Amino acid sequence: MIRNALGIGVATGAYALSFGALSVAAGLNVAETCALSLLMFTGASQFALIGVVGSGGNPFAGAAGALLLGVRNGLYGLRLSPLLDVRGVRRLGTAQLVIDESTAMAIAQPNGPLGRVAFYSTGLAIYVLWNLGTLVGALAGRAISNPADFGLDAAAPAAFLALLAPRMEGREQWVVALVAGAVALASVPFVPAGVPVLLAAVVGFAFGLWPGASSLPVEPSTREPA
Amino acid sequence: MIWAAVLAASAGCYAVKLAGLSVPRRILDDPRVRRIAALIPVALLAALIAIQTFSTGHDLVIDARLAGIAAALVAIRLRAPFLVTVAVAAAVTALIRLL
Repeated sequence: MIRNALGIGVATGAYALSFGALSVAAGLNVAETCALSLLMFTGASQFALIGVVGSGGNPFAGAAGALLLGVRNGLYGLRLSPLLDVRGVRRLGTAQLVIDESTAMAIAQPNGPLGRVAFYSTGLAIYVLWNLGTLVGALAGRAISNPADFGLDAAAPAAFLALLAPRMEGREQWVVALVAGAVALASVPFVPAGVPVLLAAVVGFAFGLWPGASSLPVEPSTREPA
Repeated sequence: MIWAAVLAASAGCYAVKLAGLSVPRRILDDPRVRRIAALIPVALLAALIAIQTFSTGHDLVIDARLAGIAAALVAIRLRAPFLVTVAVAAAVTALIRLL
């Protein structure tokens, strides 16, 4: 299990290299980039924030998008709290490790003690390697003068595509994805950068309120990175 | 400005994680909460893909990035690892710009 944890840590560390490089390309400095990985520590949200900054948007619109994407970690916490059963000060540290991979590894185990080992080994391995990868990627990114020459402006949407793919389980997800994408694109010419993403979140929220036939699972997939 | 946004969003993301560990479990049993939590990431990711593929600033454009995303889609269908998918998208986009 520890080997699994390290394997996932190395994979996300490599992913962090691209985050660090893209963040610097988007206009954040190395310290801001590293602060995101140390403090926010949830990949999709970090990509969302630098994406808005990179396209010239208001950083706070990016922050709002990052926060909305981070909401799923709260649901993972609900799922994990009976398993981890942490109280007091330990809960403060444990909370930072609640992300897609640590949750997926923990709930995949047959019993509580194994689940706890899986959660902490995966979470800590990723935390260390994610931050190392970010620093190296950010320093390397500074050496690149024009990110578009290396196709780096296509790397971020490709990363989002890889995050989205395992979530496309049914017709409902397709409808939401297509409507959200269309609303975002249609609004791009008319509203400040960052706002189209928030309009898409409203689409997701509205479809969620709609009384649907199925109640969707909140389990993360092991195939998706932080 | 960027620093303030970084710190505010980080604090918010941490608060959400901590709240999840601290809130009574029964909130998760509400089917609407489950649906919203499952669908918001889908909507956000789809919007981010659309915007970062088809727009530059306030203009809608079709350029080399579309080929990169198409290549990424093929990579995903072939169950390529995450980093390979991203690298393929960047490489195809860069290659088309060279032509």
